[in-house]
Amino acid sequence: MEWTDVDTWIVTAGVLTAVACSIPGVFLLLNRQSMLGDAISHAVLPGLAIAFFLSGSRDLVPLLSGAILAGIATTLLSEAIRQTGRVEPGAALGVVFTTLFAAGLVLVRLVADEVHLDPACVLYGSLELAVLDGNPVPPIVWRMAALMAMNLFLALLFGKELQSVAFDERHATACGLPTKRLRLGLTMATAVTAVLAFESVGSILTIAMLIVPAATAFLFCRSVPGMLLVASLVATAGALAGHLLAIGPLPGLFRILIPSVGGSAWNSAGVMAATTGLIFFGTLFGAALIRYGNRPLGRKNRDRNQPVSTDSSAD
Amino acid sequence: MSEIPLHIRDLNVAYGKKLVLWDANLTVASGRATAIVGPNGAGKSTLLKAALGLIPAASGEVRFFGQPLGRVRRRVAYVPQRESVDWDFPVNARDVVTMGLYRRIGWIRPVRAKHRRLAEEALADVGLGDFANRQISQLSGGQQQRVFLARALVQRADLYLMDEPFASVDAATEAAILETLDKLRAEGRSIVCVHHDLETVAGAFDEAVLLNMRVVAQGPCADVLSPENLRKTYGARLSLLSDAMHDLTRPHGPGPTGR
Amino acid sequence: MNDFLRVLLLQDHNTRVVMAGACLFGAASGLVGTFLLMRKRSLLGDTIGHSTLPGVAMAFLIAWAAGGEGRSFVLLALGAAASGFAGIAALWAVRRFSRVKEDAALAVVLGVFFGSGIALFSAIQDLPGANAAGLERLIYGNPASLTSGDSMLVAGVCLMIAMLGFVFFKEMKLVCFDEAFAAAGGWPVRIMDLALLAAVVLITVTGLQTVGALLSVALLVTPPAAARFWSDRLEIMSLAAALIGGLGAGLGVLWSAMAPGLPAGALVVLATSALFAASLLGGTRCGLFFQIQNRTGAARRLDREHVLRALFECGRDGTLAVDEKTLKSHRSWHTSSLRRALHRLIGENRIATDPANQGLRLTATGLAEARRIVRNHRLWELYLIEHAAVAPGRVDRDADLIEHAIDPAIVQQLEDTLDKIGNPGVVPANPEARV
Repeated sequence: MEWTDVDTWIVTAGVLTAVACSIPGVFLLLNRQSMLGDAISHAVLPGLAIAFFLSGSRDLVPLLSGAILAGIATTLLSEAIRQTGRVEPGAALGVVFTTLFAAGLVLVRLVADEVHLDPACVLYGSLELAVLDGNPVPPIVWRMAALMAMNLFLALLFGKELQSVAFDERHATACGLPTKRLRLGLTMATAVTAVLAFESVGSILTIAMLIVPAATAFLFCRSVPGMLLVASLVATAGALAGHLLAIGPLPGLFRILIPSVGGSAWNSAGVMAATTGLIFFGTLFGAALIRYGNRPLGRKNRDRNQPVSTDSSAD
Repeated sequence: MSEIPLHIRDLNVAYGKKLVLWDANLTVASGRATAIVGPNGAGKSTLLKAALGLIPAASGEVRFFGQPLGRVRRRVAYVPQRESVDWDFPVNARDVVTMGLYRRIGWIRPVRAKHRRLAEEALADVGLGDFANRQISQLSGGQQQRVFLARALVQRADLYLMDEPFASVDAATEAAILETLDKLRAEGRSIVCVHHDLETVAGAFDEAVLLNMRVVAQGPCADVLSPENLRKTYGARLSLLSDAMHDLTRPHGPGPTGR
Repeated sequence: MNDFLRVLLLQDHNTRVVMAGACLFGAASGLVGTFLLMRKRSLLGDTIGHSTLPGVAMAFLIAWAAGGEGRSFVLLALGAAASGFAGIAALWAVRRFSRVKEDAALAVVLGVFFGSGIALFSAIQDLPGANAAGLERLIYGNPASLTSGDSMLVAGVCLMIAMLGFVFFKEMKLVCFDEAFAAAGGWPVRIMDLALLAAVVLITVTGLQTVGALLSVALLVTPPAAARFWSDRLEIMSLAAALIGGLGAGLGVLWSAMAPGLPAGALVVLATSALFAASLLGGTRCGLFFQIQNRTGAARRLDREHVLRALFECGRDGTLAVDEKTLKSHRSWHTSSLRRALHRLIGENRIATDPANQGLRLTATGLAEARRIVRNHRLWELYLIEHAAVAPGRVDRDADLIEHAIDPAIVQQLEDTLDKIGNPGVVPANPEARV
């Protein structure tokens, strides 16, 4: 294993993407819209295909417009289905994003002659290829930095309102906050994040980094700013450790198991996602163990879900 | 303060095809505490939600202080039912109360120390002064209800709309809410409260609205809570409560009902 | 053209078998998906679909290491099932050991398993001589590549699941509707829950070849959601879902046989989605068409009743003409909806303009209808008062006549009371009057 400039850029891009995703992820999680990340990163495909087809290029502007439109379409359509059919929000979302994704796959195949757009690339992405650009600083690093800055900025601007909507939508509406528009804004930010990240690093990293760091933070954080901070740290750690594993130990292990294999590096984005998952499950079981150890002896058999409240003011 | 805090005219609300509120007419008296009482399914909470625009109304007109809600939102505070939110949310009591100030703080501007101080004062007003840093998941049901009350108090509104604040709370919370109602009234603010417990209405409120899909009667408690009106609202079932009827008009009615 | 006909008429043995397998798969998906929808866990299918990927890759690697080619569908399916169950175990752990909500747990497990799967796939691509194309078709689906043996297997598993679903329908219905009640009644809720999840895993795995891992959720979600527009009853809903799922999958396979260049899994999903769109528009329970019709109908009827009642009441039981200003101040109307209602009523010859003073008056037919409406209204009001305890659940203002909604004997009673009080205008007391 040998650390090169390419690795530095892969890690930089990975960390920036991960942090950029973890910010809207915290709000998605608190809004109980966690699956929206997965849904949107699938649903933007037809938007992209159409944008590519119309503009005939991979320019940023049509790309982003396509993504935003697809994001809005996902939200509005699933909301409409939820209301007319009185089905649960998850089902409505499921119908919409699978349809859009399927339509996207067909469209991509239809316009494949016009532009090069490989669905495999859409899904897996390739950090490795993306940073091999020849420039001193690969453009995707700039792009991901800008994305992270944008998400951070939006969180600073609207974090308090988003928090209020996520906690108590009725109260927020009664106070006059534009609840629906805030939610739509969050969706659009997610769509832009998903599409920028997909274009450069693939959608796996987006899907995982939107929610896994946020969920890890939710395990022990006591405030929303705290969650944002911890989620960013988890995302950073996951991306860094993931790449380290992807270039060294994992292919090495593989070589030992199956000696005949060449054993080059693994897909970094995938390993980054898996590593962040390890952090999540480690925290989950660690916290559970600590809770279990701390419990007074006689209570170990009691249900863990009992309210922890002690109403000292009532007496 | 002579303007009418809340005036509802011919309000019809339907869930699907089923009409649940039907030509509701209501005038809330300024500076008084009004209870909306009625049997289950009578549309009490629906009335508040429709008035606030949280659910669409089929027809009718709602005026707050003589104007549509959008113009006077800052003069109106709402206390929803406790069950409507997720209490595992990662915030503490002070954060929740501060949310009542978000509109006043405005977009983009951050929460400052003075806002936190206001929140802590409101918490102290409901007897939770020592609980500002407590995670909301660690609060008892009654304390959670008081946090909601504090979040409304901090808005310093002229009209408070409360949805069942007394539902399944402990004695300390009930006392704290009653005290708060008194204080708000003394300051000339108006209160509308959905209430399920007939026996405590006269003790806690000045006025009552009897509601059963339509408004059966409204006015000062002593006039409205007549056996005839109660029968019209609750039906024959109320005869079971005939013993309690004595208490109804007694000022400072019975305390907790042991529910 | 000949090829086209051959496909359409299912002349190939293989096409027939694949077709039958796909239809059964769609039907079983629809049935299992209905239970998932009722448990509000529709997106579980998405997470399980993605979480089969590491298993597929592992199975491929093991087979390759053992010297095989690693393309046997059965072997890959076993790997997929194992990792699908691992995904369920992970979901359970998240829910058991934390307060993370269901949706977040689903998203976490999905992200992590998907990432691991892709990492393993990237390792496979390095293997000398390994043909990863066989894996591609499991991600995106390619029903045509099914051998008839595989198809038989798919059909068998789906048939079994569908049959179990029908045998245990009553029990599943109970658990879906009220888990706590079922548990209190001694039903093995956990085992049944696990059985449902196992069915989802099996369905997903058998669907890998037909629609692919990423879209297998579509057939679990879309048919039940579409069926929801047709019926309120679980029995009919699940039948409709099975039908829509089977039809969608069958049509999709046909479509892909005719358009070999396009991704087949996506076509299956699109065919199902088209059936969903049709249900959304034309469904008899709450399709868009019926809803719009109902809603505008209900609003119009309410306006019409209000106008007729107002004319009756303002015009001294309909004997006098009323000018529009009086009418307008009688209650709070939207001016436009009042105008429209008046216009319609004039068109229907229920009201007419009075030539003497330009006011509006009821015609003979209008008067009859107004009388009926006012009577209905007063009886309902009286019913609310006399039977206050039960009234909120029974009042149905939408019924043309009160007799259609409540017992005629009670109506008779109410009418007697109304007569006793004499002047119907007095009863009941005006709610606006302060007591």
